Amino acid sequence: MTILNSYFGKFGGMYVPQILVPALLQLEKYFVKYHDNKTFKKDMNYLLNNYAGRPTPLTLCNNLTKGTNTKLYLKREDLLHSGAHKINQVIGQALLAKKMKKKKIIAETGAGQHGVSTAMISALFNLKCSIYMGSKDIERQYTNVLKMKLLGAKIIPVVSGSKTLKSACNEAIRAWSHSYHDTHYMVGTSAGPHPYPSIVHRFQSIISLEAEKQILKLEDKYPEIIIACVGGGSNAIGIFSKFLSKNNIKLIGVEAGGNKNIKDHNSASLKYGKLGIYFGMKSKILQNYEGQIKESHSISAGLDFPSVGPEHTWLNYIKRVKYVTIQDHEAISAFKIICKKEGIIPALESSHALAYAIKIIKKDPTIKQTIIVNLSGRGDKDVLSVKNFIKS
Amino acid sequence: MKDRYLKIFRKLKMHSEGCLIPFVVLGDPNFDISLNIICNIIENGADAIEVGIPFSDPLADGPIIQNANLRAISSKVTVLKCFNMIKYIRKKYPNIPIGLLTYSNLVFANGINNFYKKCYLCGLDSILIVDLPIEECTPFYKSSKKNDVSQIFICPPDINDKFLKKIVEISKSYIYLLSRPGVTGIDNNNSFNIKGICNKIKKFSSIPLVQGFGIHSSKQIKKILKLKIDGIVCGSIIVKQIEKYLNNENKIIKKINNLIVKFKNSTRKNYKIL
Repeated sequence: MTILNSYFGKFGGMYVPQILVPALLQLEKYFVKYHDNKTFKKDMNYLLNNYAGRPTPLTLCNNLTKGTNTKLYLKREDLLHSGAHKINQVIGQALLAKKMKKKKIIAETGAGQHGVSTAMISALFNLKCSIYMGSKDIERQYTNVLKMKLLGAKIIPVVSGSKTLKSACNEAIRAWSHSYHDTHYMVGTSAGPHPYPSIVHRFQSIISLEAEKQILKLEDKYPEIIIACVGGGSNAIGIFSKFLSKNNIKLIGVEAGGNKNIKDHNSASLKYGKLGIYFGMKSKILQNYEGQIKESHSISAGLDFPSVGPEHTWLNYIKRVKYVTIQDHEAISAFKIICKKEGIIPALESSHALAYAIKIIKKDPTIKQTIIVNLSGRGDKDVLSVKNFIKS
Repeated sequence: MKDRYLKIFRKLKMHSEGCLIPFVVLGDPNFDISLNIICNIIENGADAIEVGIPFSDPLADGPIIQNANLRAISSKVTVLKCFNMIKYIRKKYPNIPIGLLTYSNLVFANGINNFYKKCYLCGLDSILIVDLPIEECTPFYKSSKKNDVSQIFICPPDINDKFLKKIVEISKSYIYLLSRPGVTGIDNNNSFNIKGICNKIKKFSSIPLVQGFGIHSSKQIKKILKLKIDGIVCGSIIVKQIEKYLNNENKIIKKINNLIVKFKNSTRKNYKIL
């Protein structure tokens, strides 16, 4: 049995082939043993500060909010080494992998940000690294593929199924069931079988720990609203973590509404999915009436996933977090606005959160409010996708 | 509990034979050919049969069976059609044990109890859910008992004693022993000491042991059955014939029939491989 509760309410669990259960229990055991250990925390903080580049600043967007009473802050995870929040938890998992004496790392990636972070930390820790990536994502995120290769990772193109993150996740689990004895599976988001959602929550909570201190220093008060994009949900859980207990702060998760606001063309599993079992967990899933998993769609490869972490499904269920959708064209529009007005190129994932923030600000410019948007990553990787979208 | 498995294992033991359990995906490559394949498999000597309901994301399967799942889904085979096919097979062959292999979301999405009830009504003897470990099985297991369908559990080859006791305690009909870690497929990577785990299980219980994953030759079958293993499941080597001769139904049937006859002979103690 598990040491920690493997469920968030009725969501979560460990729905994997039996052969993988001992590997998950081993990971849980090491996480419980070390995450609060003084030396482990010291090592982790050292790497977060001196390798990844923490703390990341809170940037006030003065141009975008001109003429309104909103103060919009961006939590700048895009400024991290690797270009996204993914590096935070990858450091933690890599330290655990070392403790477990694993020699190899496998990971799945969609946009490539988790792949790049995994490849970086594997190089730093001298671990052999293989990254599973859908062939469709390899095409649309080629700069990240090149980075991963330069960092010494082996890229394994996945040509089965949807050829996106969904297929990469399946293929990584298949590979892990061969190799769990000497290999750690570095899950990239707060989804998947227990204990991954709890581990990722813990290691990503650094985002909100910093944000809380920073906003109190800058504004001497808490913000009214915090917004983050949600694919699997790791950056969102990271920025929400410390604020979950503060009920007067409105937390908003933004899912990818795709290119048409219809059920068959999106990645919004909380809005359009139903409860099911997939990728080792019980959560909301995009699926047909008899349980076949649907292919998701988003302009942003990092959000292109048919499910969501179980903690988000729980937070949605208890109505602590409000989950909304933003469509491809709205995200692109926000991307362009932030580029032009603030001189920041945001990831397309984060552009979904920014688009919703802009909607709130536009709705009533007179309201006096402070909003924090988690800028989970930078958008260098997305410039071609944006160009192609505008062209089409 | 239906006793088709009990009867077949008892009968085969009396004749010193192992149980041959071929596996195919229902609806691969389409409904009609799939039904024809299954009838031929049964008529050419299978002692029991395991059938899979096609799933979009079969993460415990290697490329051969993955492709079979996708072919079946592409030919519009639904869960309902699968149950209808099983019903037909049961009616035609009332005595052969039929096991179902599936993934947990298909059971969950159709309502756990409703799914098991359908299994019972169409004449299934057992169900194996490949992404459902014992740790999560309670609501599924309760429904299996309520609806008189044996829940089959997978026993990995490197499992500890605590798990072994648990699996022996709750298993009905047989225990599915994995040849090796990994997913389904044809390979010779068989470094695990199956003998040790067989002896351990046999110490705890007399429940039959069936081995699966990677079994694709007569020689292998003979070797496995020399241990205290009561039967084998072979899937990928059969499904591969469908993939290979996709546009030639007669050839698929001929090739699969040959395999079944050859493999069944290999389960007989005194049969010499030519």
